[in-house]
Amino acid sequence: MEYTILILLLPFLSFLLIGLLDTKLKPTAAGIFGTVVTGAVAVLSYWTAISYFVGGRNAEGLFPTMIPWNAEWLPFGGNLHIDLGILLDPISVMMLVVISTVSFMVHIYSFGYMKGERGFQRYYAFLSLFTMSMLGLVVATNIFQMYIFWELVGVSSYLLIGFYYTKKEAIAASKKAFIVTRFADLGFLIGILIYGFYTGSFSFTPDSAVIGSAKVFLPLALGLMFIGGAGKSAMFPLHIWLPDAMEGPTPVSALIHAATMVVAGVYLVARMFPLFIGYAPEVLHITAYVGAFTALYAAVVACVQSDIKRVLAFSTISQIGFMIVALGVCTSADPHEGGLGYMASMFHLFTHAMFKALLFLGAGCIIHAVHSNEMSAMGGLRKYMPVTHVTFLVACLAIAGIWPLSGFFSKDEILAACFGFSPVMGWVMTFIAGLTAFYMFRLYYCIFWGKENKELHAEHTPHEAPLTMTIPLIFLAAVTLFAGWIPFGEFVSSNGQAYHIHIDWAVAATSLCVAAAGIAIATWMYLREDRTVADSLAAKFSGLHKAAYHRFYIDEIYQFVTHRIIFACISTPIAWFDRHVVDGFMNMLAWISNQCSWLIKGMQSGNVQKYGIWFLGGALGLVVILLLI
Amino acid sequence: MVHMEYYLIVSTIMMFVGIYGFLTRRNLLAMLIAVELILNSVDINFVVFNRFLFPGQLEGFFFSLFAIGISAAETAVAIAIIINIYRNMKNIQVKNLDKMKW
Amino acid sequence: MNITLDLIVFAVLAVFIVVSSVLAVSTKRILRAATYLLFVLIGTAGIYFQLNYSFLGAVQLLVYAGGITVLYVFSILLTSSEGDQAEKLKKSKFFAGLVATLAAMGICLFVMLKHKFLNPVFEHGELPVKEIGFALMSTEKYGYVLPFEVISVLLLACIIGGILIARKR
Repeated sequence: MEYTILILLLPFLSFLLIGLLDTKLKPTAAGIFGTVVTGAVAVLSYWTAISYFVGGRNAEGLFPTMIPWNAEWLPFGGNLHIDLGILLDPISVMMLVVISTVSFMVHIYSFGYMKGERGFQRYYAFLSLFTMSMLGLVVATNIFQMYIFWELVGVSSYLLIGFYYTKKEAIAASKKAFIVTRFADLGFLIGILIYGFYTGSFSFTPDSAVIGSAKVFLPLALGLMFIGGAGKSAMFPLHIWLPDAMEGPTPVSALIHAATMVVAGVYLVARMFPLFIGYAPEVLHITAYVGAFTALYAAVVACVQSDIKRVLAFSTISQIGFMIVALGVCTSADPHEGGLGYMASMFHLFTHAMFKALLFLGAGCIIHAVHSNEMSAMGGLRKYMPVTHVTFLVACLAIAGIWPLSGFFSKDEILAACFGFSPVMGWVMTFIAGLTAFYMFRLYYCIFWGKENKELHAEHTPHEAPLTMTIPLIFLAAVTLFAGWIPFGEFVSSNGQAYHIHIDWAVAATSLCVAAAGIAIATWMYLREDRTVADSLAAKFSGLHKAAYHRFYIDEIYQFVTHRIIFACISTPIAWFDRHVVDGFMNMLAWISNQCSWLIKGMQSGNVQKYGIWFLGGALGLVVILLLI
Repeated sequence: MVHMEYYLIVSTIMMFVGIYGFLTRRNLLAMLIAVELILNSVDINFVVFNRFLFPGQLEGFFFSLFAIGISAAETAVAIAIIINIYRNMKNIQVKNLDKMKW
Repeated sequence: MNITLDLIVFAVLAVFIVVSSVLAVSTKRILRAATYLLFVLIGTAGIYFQLNYSFLGAVQLLVYAGGITVLYVFSILLTSSEGDQAEKLKKSKFFAGLVATLAAMGICLFVMLKHKFLNPVFEHGELPVKEIGFALMSTEKYGYVLPFEVISVLLLACIIGGILIARKR
């Protein structure tokens, strides 16, 4: 399977080509080239997936872990070396499929969405770079390679979020995303170093003999790594970058902030799962609590946001929380006894990537049509945009967890895993699932039903998006409709053995009821043109509503901590010290040498004979010194 | 037989007379003459060492031979420069020659 | 120590050289300085002859006394007007130069005379020109064809450089 290296090389070449030629290339040419390359990558990924899974299980009933391509890059002596290579196992192959599919769809979609934008070529170059880094991340053979691509993902997301670099908010958002994730990556890096130091390798599966001595430090290392993952996956309290990152172009949000980059943290935990479960289950459970809290927090905030992309951003955070919870509630590697969450998490990652990309792309169509992100500019759009309407509805139903859409199956597995862990966790997650249904349908009704903003629409009639934008929607909707029937457990499970997904109807019925209740409440509150109920509720709980609208002031707290405490109390004195003491010392040195040169300047008289005297004196001085020695 | 040291003393005196001339003369040509004295004294030294200390070898001999050639070249170029200076400044006094220090 | 003819010849040469060189750097008239330089060069050639290096003495006479001195005389005639005299040296400068030079010479002589050289031997006998010629053209060890060639290039460069620098613009 050596051709898998092409999956990384093709987008990289495309990035180099488009990026270097830039405006020398016609925008359409750049777009077509990028899209074709990504299409080729998608085909290669599918082919890899098919041949990998058709290749069958080995004698122990596992899909073999393959490393079709590997190069020792930086040897440090001993066993410690950094490799670059490609690792194929069920989850990386699954991720390849997810990323290349979504990326391909986004490439096609951007054709319509970004049409006529300045920097169209640059946009495609960055998309290619991002695709390459994300693919490199998932196929990493060792944790250091993962880290390298992890940072590349961070850089390319920075570039993409800040694509509209003339827009002040976009620049601020890209900086925020970069700094917050970078800050979290510090934890990741320290974790990697501790891990490498004590286990003597960067491999995902170190020798159990080596681990024996490193046992004490493994939980610490894994916990630090999770901080990195939490940064990328926007776990509370590192989630603050994700809503702001919506300043980037909408297809970028679909690619980065729905389907790929934000699940990197989940992928990281899944990748390290054997270590987590074997040596640090308590850390794993902490991640579950973090995830659950994040999911709840984000769901509540999503209920009151008015910017449709922000709603989707918070729903993403919430859904990532679901995946983290699912991983965190695992208590053993056996899917039949407490290891179900692993499979559920990966399954949800897969389905969520599809329907969330669909939601974002649909939101892109809507924004394209009404030229605004605010719900107030929308309403009643169903008659103008039938395709977007239907596909959006499919995605909403999927994320709400309605049978038989894909979200139902994956969410059901997660809830089952949570109930297996503890009833409290189960009920909390069920409640959040209900909230999810509520806010998604609130969004849906506000966009497509409800009161139409007649003045705005009269001025500029909304229209259905062009074909390049609707085709990806239809494709993703189709995937969302049927992905639930994929026997996912056959491919991915916590111990690698085949696992037959069987729906726990008690859990399923509960979650269905809750979801239906959420949808019903949303329908009752938002379907009609006047929203008396919603408004009166908002008025009644105005404090809560306002707090939630301002995302519980987390950003303000950050602002306060960074500006008032860190900047004012630490940075300013340090800056003063630097400017006056360190710089002063350097200035003094410069001043001294300046004075010295003024003093001896006169010796450079230009008179040859004076030089001759000095020369003679020097030579004689040397002779005398040699004599005395 | 004349002692080697006698030759060396003569050459040393010649050398320092040259140095004295180099340091005190104000005329560029006079300074060049002083430099010739220094060169000559060194040549004598080489030849003397060759003759007295390393008979049968030729390094000192050839060194002097080539030094004579090189000093001829050096003198030619130096005199060309001096004539050029004279053309520009109408004299060849060394005290006027500090314009090139910058 | 016996007073041999060698020694007498050397003494004459030595006095001739020292006096001429002192005069060369102390005379007021630049043309006279050049003449005294000529005397010094001739005296040096005499020393070479005395050391039985006739070829080197001949070269010294030809190149130095014959060529370079003529060059000096010409350039002096070109750059100085008649009756041009060196300006009088200030007393302080004169003494400063004298003292410095004498001190330096003292140190040098001290070092030289104190130094134990290898056992000096003097063998009479002329260095045959044939041997010099072979050594000069030889590419073996102790062959000097490379410096010979380099010097020829150097002289060529000097010719061109001299013309370039001194030509009229």
